[in-house]
Amino acid sequence: MNEAAGLNAAAIRADARHERAALIGLTVPAFLLLGALLFIPVGWLFWLSLYDETGFTFANYARMIEEPSYLSVFTTTLQLSALVTLLAVLLGYPVAYAIALMPPRVATLCLSLVLVPFWTALLVRTYAWLVLLQRRGIINSLLTSWGVIEEPLQLVHNFTGTVVGMLHIMIPFFVLPLYANIRAVDRDLLRAAASLGATPATAFRRVFLPLTVPGLAAGTVMVFVLCLGFYVTPQFLGGGRVTTISMKIQQNAALYFDWGAASALGVVLFAITMLVFWGFSRIFPIGRLAGSA
Amino acid sequence: MSETARARALPISVRALSKHFGRTVALDAIDLDVRSGEFLTLLGPSGSGKTTLLMVLAGFTRPDAGSVRFGEEEVVRRPPHLRNLGVVFQSYALFPHMDVAGNVGFPLSLRQRSAAEIRERVAQALDLVQLTDLGARRIDQLSGGQRQRVALARAIVFEPGILLMDEPLSALDKKLREQMQIELRRLHARLGTTVIYVTHDQREALTLSDRIAVIDRGRIQQLDTPQRLYEAPASHFVADFIGDSTFLPVAVQGGVARWGDVQLSLGGAQRADGGYLLVLRPEKLTLETGTAGGAINRLPATAEDIVYQGDTLRIDARLADGTVVTLREQARAAISRNLPAVGSHISLALDPADTVLVPAP
Repeated sequence: MNEAAGLNAAAIRADARHERAALIGLTVPAFLLLGALLFIPVGWLFWLSLYDETGFTFANYARMIEEPSYLSVFTTTLQLSALVTLLAVLLGYPVAYAIALMPPRVATLCLSLVLVPFWTALLVRTYAWLVLLQRRGIINSLLTSWGVIEEPLQLVHNFTGTVVGMLHIMIPFFVLPLYANIRAVDRDLLRAAASLGATPATAFRRVFLPLTVPGLAAGTVMVFVLCLGFYVTPQFLGGGRVTTISMKIQQNAALYFDWGAASALGVVLFAITMLVFWGFSRIFPIGRLAGSA
Repeated sequence: MSETARARALPISVRALSKHFGRTVALDAIDLDVRSGEFLTLLGPSGSGKTTLLMVLAGFTRPDAGSVRFGEEEVVRRPPHLRNLGVVFQSYALFPHMDVAGNVGFPLSLRQRSAAEIRERVAQALDLVQLTDLGARRIDQLSGGQRQRVALARAIVFEPGILLMDEPLSALDKKLREQMQIELRRLHARLGTTVIYVTHDQREALTLSDRIAVIDRGRIQQLDTPQRLYEAPASHFVADFIGDSTFLPVAVQGGVARWGDVQLSLGGAQRADGGYLLVLRPEKLTLETGTAGGAINRLPATAEDIVYQGDTLRIDARLADGTVVTLREQARAAISRNLPAVGSHISLALDPADTVLVPAP
């Protein structure tokens, strides 16, 4: 022990000890809660997927490869997620850009318009789309009465309806992080690019777009990952024609009481999600790209 | 580099340029001619329209009406990316996702130059702003002064005939600012580019410029060389904006100027009869102890306060009519020894050549 014995040294050391103790006391409960609610259920999921009455088994995973119906569930889920994400990017980027350019008051208004659906219950919004898109719904009636179409279009109870409903729910998740990013980009950078000879398109591609990659990546990952686990909207708007991983999990657990199969699907979904995160962080080294902007 | 740039420097001609923002007049039918290779500063208080004028020249702000010519070409409707101007921004506007060489090489790569040529010219430009070998640095690794130099290198590397600068030194501390001013002078002498420079700092304007346009309320109040602007201001606004001036009402009658009982010699300048303001600047006045009853160009006063400021002594003197005039003397021993006591009578002497009148507003 080589403790300094200066003026008040012991008391000051005691203060430092108390501060550390307080810090630990305040953070430990949350960590415990997270650990208990995250690791224990996920661990239990793993356990359920690998053990049944007969002991250790890979049967639950083998079935996914052997049965063609599982393959189509995976491809449907990935296609649906990819398409919704792509459309969210294409529709959401101009929205985020426009709002970022607006004067503050108009921007607040438009941002809350983007957010209103965010504050409405998921089920309500999904049923609203059912009302709009169904055979005798508002859109079909309007189109027929204007003579645009002869017969009502099949807009819902299929892939299209699912995409529309999910897109509506997902757009705020994309717009918000991107908007925050775009707001932080110095407007003079575009002017500088123009003064140096860049056309508006070149200035966007070589200066603006690279600087919004962090927000773009954050929004894209958010939407894609949320889409992967989406249940309510495909269930109600898919009309039985669209089966996602989450719906298959629900069927296995609630219809067939096959917890092993449901758990295995859960584990695979979890793995896919982690893979997506990892892939994105490899492609977009977010911290470095942000630079000093 | 310098020879080609000198050959390409372009004159600028602005005619009847107007711009309103709502009800505010930012530019009030401005006419301005900038000579090829000239360093011209737009000087004015904030909101005077100087930055608006620069933004219109750069093509970022669309004017209501008017003409802008670079050389022979009318450019008022031309988009900024086709104007071929170097612009240095107050915020530097460096691209944070590119390194120094990427930033400086950007205008060259837009012009489809070969990689070898870009490399060579970037190196030359970095040499010119004394950032040799910093090409691989990221922007966030640079100091403020270094960023300023990168912005400058990027604006001149493609040898534009005109360089626009919007308060480029305002973010730097005083010492660095003064150093950069000297460097800008040197760089301008070497490149010979036409430069339009915006600032609200009068000393910076005086240091850098061939000519200064003093702008207020969207109009050019006076366009002159730094010395003419300081020594012979045309209006109360210009005399007040440049230098620390005090004004005394003066009447000219029969060719003789008087402030109260004191007769003022104007050093040969003729003035029509009427009301004027005498411009008093601290460094133009000299201190004389004792009363100077009625002598020409001597203002009787009382010493109010004497402040030692290191290099100078600041003396506040109250004139008979209550006006407080500031006088500045170099802090030499000869002066310091003979300082008047506070409250004693003194007189402020003004050389006839420094006796400047402006029309009363």
